[in-house]
Amino acid sequence: MAEMAPLPQSKPKNVRSRLLVAQLLVILIVLPYLANLIGQPALTSLATRIIILAIAAASLNLIMGYAGLASFGHAAWYGIGAYVVGILYRHSVTGDPLFGLQLGTNQLLMTLPVAIVVAGLFAAAFGALALRTSGVQFIMITLAFAQMIFFFFVALKAYGGDDGLIIRRTNVLPFLNTRDGLTFYWICLAVAVAWHAILLRIVGSRFGRVLEGIRQSERRMAAMGVRTYGYKLVACIISGMGAGLAGALMANHMRFVSPDMMHWTQSGEFMFMVILGGAGTWLGPAFGAAGLIGLESLLGAWTEHWQVILGPLLVLAILFTRGGLSGLMRMIRGGSRG
Amino acid sequence: MAEPLLQVDNLVKNFGGVRATDDLTLDVRAGEVHALIGPNGAGKTTFIGQLMGEIVPDAGAIRFAGARLGGLDTPARVRLGIARTFQITQLLDEDTALANVALTIQAHQGHSFRFWKKAAGDASLFGPAQTCLDAAGLAARGAVPVRDLSHGEHKQLELAMALASEPKLLLLDEPMAGLGASESRQMVESLKRLKGRTAILLVEHDMDAVFALADRISVLVYGKVIATGTPADIQANPQVRVAYLGEGDA
Repeated sequence: MAEMAPLPQSKPKNVRSRLLVAQLLVILIVLPYLANLIGQPALTSLATRIIILAIAAASLNLIMGYAGLASFGHAAWYGIGAYVVGILYRHSVTGDPLFGLQLGTNQLLMTLPVAIVVAGLFAAAFGALALRTSGVQFIMITLAFAQMIFFFFVALKAYGGDDGLIIRRTNVLPFLNTRDGLTFYWICLAVAVAWHAILLRIVGSRFGRVLEGIRQSERRMAAMGVRTYGYKLVACIISGMGAGLAGALMANHMRFVSPDMMHWTQSGEFMFMVILGGAGTWLGPAFGAAGLIGLESLLGAWTEHWQVILGPLLVLAILFTRGGLSGLMRMIRGGSRG
Repeated sequence: MAEPLLQVDNLVKNFGGVRATDDLTLDVRAGEVHALIGPNGAGKTTFIGQLMGEIVPDAGAIRFAGARLGGLDTPARVRLGIARTFQITQLLDEDTALANVALTIQAHQGHSFRFWKKAAGDASLFGPAQTCLDAAGLAARGAVPVRDLSHGEHKQLELAMALASEPKLLLLDEPMAGLGASESRQMVESLKRLKGRTAILLVEHDMDAVFALADRISVLVYGKVIATGTPADIQANPQVRVAYLGEGDA
């Protein structure tokens, strides 16, 4: 170590980021107790919502931040995941067959995987078509697909149409009382941590390296001998699965599903979380979700014209924090990278 | 004599009314450096585009190592053993030089549908990548992000990445363009060390470099090869002197 110049405040990068993760986890673990202590138990519910949205935003980040594919239809997979929960719940209550079979269930261990798989299948089918385009056309075609799915559910009177579906009871888990807000918070936190860990492995893998190469130069990737289409498609499927997971959790959290969950403004919010937090950074979308939803709630409690204030704040945040909130975090923590 | 590594026959490409490639016939033998020279707009880069499968020719045939290349896309041709450098560099600007080469090695090793194991620190990628950087004269610059490298170093990195796929044929599109005198000399040295190990089609304006490296030279004018021969033949060819080497200029 003799040749390493000792710089006073620069710790190795991975130590710093591990410290950040540990700090975040501690904050998230004490948060519900703190909320009760200061007499704001509703904060736990707000935090649950942020954590769920962070799962969806982190999934969008895989294709938008890492692979450079700006999908404007992410809310479609999120909504499909939610509807899987709603529809399975409805059938478990009425006992009506679904596709001729008794498929209804209110077991979270069943509904979550089904939501993930169904959202992934839809993402595969639509992604396969959308990826024939690139750039602005890709943005528009993903938006068009998502709007198609939105209007399909608006018209789907059997499942409530634009009124949506009410889920009277949260899906159940063995040994745990999911109707308890705090328990559900822990479940969402555990799922979010697991999902972020999986994404960290994926972006650090050979597959993740190819995605980053695609963002920077598709032409170079072709010259390396890489057919990019398959990689982009698999990334779209993983991203859709993550959004489906988030949607399924949100349906349980709100105990309500409606086509509004897949409205294009919701897709826009996901994009915003990614950009605000820092596209192509691991925890950026989570910060983006917390920043956006936190500001919405704060300003919303203060004035009904909160959007007038939120808009300029977001513009400033993007202009002056290079790399979004993750960039800001690095600046505050004295990182060398801007 | 054995079949050449690359055999191009009667290649034609029109862009609107412009005939960019006009009945072009050319071959590159295994292990030789074949230089392609010609004035600006002669169709050199268009020709490379057709060899790589980025541009589809209107007529003619390209054979490489005994296989017809017609209908194959760029990745397929790269896997057959053709690699190129870009005149206008195409690099992954946000990554380090070493990571750029490592990703090329990764692509050369097969598919990348591997989702779990960390790519960073994989010795099977970064070991060979460092070797390629060494060969291109960038040994000490591996950890530098591409956007912080000089133009000359970008050109060297292009070469390192082309080498990473262990090509049988290397297409170099003006590797000296924009280089200073010492950088040019360094590039010529790097290419000299490659000579004989892989066949090279060298598109270049720098005549000193061409005459230092080439076994054979073809002269391209308005999409047509007007002469092919040894450097001595080409220098002596009156047609070439008129068309290209500037005979008749004051």
